[in-house]
Amino acid sequence: MLTYTIRRLLLSIPTLIFIAFVIFMLLELAPGDPMAQMPLTIPPEVKERMRAALGLDQPWWVRFPLWLNQFFIVEPQYWIDSTFGTSFAEGKQRLISFQSRSPVFDTIGQRLPQTLWVVGMSYVVGVLIALPIGIISAYKQYSVFDQAGTFVSMIGFSVPPFFSGVLLIVIFSVQLGWLPSIYDTTLVVNSWDTFMTQLRQMIMPVMVLALQTTAQVSRYMRASMLDNLSQDYVRTARAKGMSESVVVLKHVLRNSMIPVVTVIALGIPSIFGGAIITEQIFKVNGLGQLLILALQGNDIPMVMTITFLLAVLIVMMNLIADILYGILDPRIRYD
Amino acid sequence: MPDGAMPVLDVRDLKTVFRTRGGEVHAVNDVSFSLKAGELLGVVGESGSGKSVTMMSLLGLLPSPPADVRHGTVTFEGQDLLHVSPETLRSVRGGKIGFVFQDPMTSLNPVYPVGFQIMEPLRKHMGLNKREATVRAQELLELVGIPDAKRRLDDYPHQFSGGMRQRVMIAIALACDPKVLIADEPTTALDVTIQAQILELMKELRDKLGMAVIWITHDLGVIAGIADRVMVMYAGQVVEHAPVHELFSHPQHPYTRALLKTIPTITGKRAARLTIIEGQPPIMTSPPNACPFRDRCDVAFDRCARENPPRYDLGDGHDAACFYDARTGGPRDA
Repeated sequence: MLTYTIRRLLLSIPTLIFIAFVIFMLLELAPGDPMAQMPLTIPPEVKERMRAALGLDQPWWVRFPLWLNQFFIVEPQYWIDSTFGTSFAEGKQRLISFQSRSPVFDTIGQRLPQTLWVVGMSYVVGVLIALPIGIISAYKQYSVFDQAGTFVSMIGFSVPPFFSGVLLIVIFSVQLGWLPSIYDTTLVVNSWDTFMTQLRQMIMPVMVLALQTTAQVSRYMRASMLDNLSQDYVRTARAKGMSESVVVLKHVLRNSMIPVVTVIALGIPSIFGGAIITEQIFKVNGLGQLLILALQGNDIPMVMTITFLLAVLIVMMNLIADILYGILDPRIRYD
Repeated sequence: MPDGAMPVLDVRDLKTVFRTRGGEVHAVNDVSFSLKAGELLGVVGESGSGKSVTMMSLLGLLPSPPADVRHGTVTFEGQDLLHVSPETLRSVRGGKIGFVFQDPMTSLNPVYPVGFQIMEPLRKHMGLNKREATVRAQELLELVGIPDAKRRLDDYPHQFSGGMRQRVMIAIALACDPKVLIADEPTTALDVTIQAQILELMKELRDKLGMAVIWITHDLGVIAGIADRVMVMYAGQVVEHAPVHELFSHPQHPYTRALLKTIPTITGKRAARLTIIEGQPPIMTSPPNACPFRDRCDVAFDRCARENPPRYDLGDGHDAACFYDARTGGPRDA
């Protein structure tokens, strides 16, 4: 398993470099100009000099390796420097946002906690709700509970977050006035009251994102449980005199989790994508909002870096899904 | 085998119905039989004759719905298994009655080591701790003839061959020294050499442990070699029931005779073709009110279409459900 993991990690390096190249070329080919938002009064020759200052006068085969160098060498060096007090990155140029002129990673570092709180929490909540729903729905197939679960999943699948989000705001913020509609990032949690405020402002974005996760994962869980409940080994377990809880939660669940774990792991990157919209609605200034603003401002280094980080996340989650698959299913051994 | 001993398992008038979208299917119709200690009862019949469903009904192993055990009594150790609490039933399953299923390839849980799967009933029914259960599981694997048992406890089912997996299944069924072992076509999925090994093993274990065995099969050759008594089933009913030698030498029911004719022989003149029984067994969409075999029967007469024959006692533990008396060659008096 270890050699397999190492091999997969090494193989992911060329994959990621290729992905980086594709993203870079897409941005290169896309219309739009980082100078477009500059005042029209700036003379063309000054604009040219500003363009050169951003490095945009160079062709892509110069700029792409430079980006790779900054992303893979300078930024880690800088991180090492700030952690251990060394000076590897001294005098080297970090990745700088076109818009804010501040290092891209500093901005990402500021925005990441909000996104992780909202997105991470919603995913955990969604999965924790989905698994029992899926298990009970399958065990009591066609019961009232199963029908209700199916109904809720259909809603979760078919109602997009930009609708359910606004709906929740209208109900709970505008009509009832229970929850704030804007996520306050400046809130510092240091007492019971601020903790409760944080909790209250998280409820709606978390619920919107969790609804989608719950809908998907509970369906997969249900289908997988149904597949396994009719297997011969379940009858064997019953014939051994095992109680229903052992039969379902030990024998069937372990087998049913094998495909579901893949779905859960591969869903993590996509929920970051879904958060882009949810963050806009609830005014969470997280990574999603940062990406949207960067796209609007043609902030190529920022867009490139955030998109690439998402790609890294996808590749890593694929690897983690495969490893978990091997751990759960003894029939799959990679070495 | 001990004759006249108290039966360990006594089944009376068992009836199981499946409720399907197309109506009810009467899978088991008033089946009665009993089993004495140390006895090996063979159950034969075509696919769909209700052999497996009968045995699974005894222990409540059929999924309900669609299955519905309508009536009957299953007396085991003074209790009616159809009317005990789920907890009591679970203590019987795997503890006092072991079950071996047909398909060894899918009957073991693929994600747990076989040792764990053998130890589960040991820990539940016999209250052994982990260390004791490991020792016993190793003994069991040795008993069923798996070499290098200690090391193989940690192996997963996919690391065993079909025959070895069936041995593991037998080890699980035998784990708690059951009084009764129900083997549902345990050798059907296996090739002939492995089949012979398993048969030998079962005979050996039966003699060694003194348990009663119900052996379900559609292979009359297997029955001839292993059973003490045979029960022939057709359309969810017992059509003939006799000691094994009696059944093979004096079959009374036309279905049994037809079945015996289908056995290919390697001695004597080579038959041009294999013998078959023409037609299909009926799907019982209503309780039987006529003989279910009459359409395929060569001695059927008008009464067979009006009434379902009861099991006529022919003496010496032999009975047959047929209006035609094969001994006299004429209709039986009611």
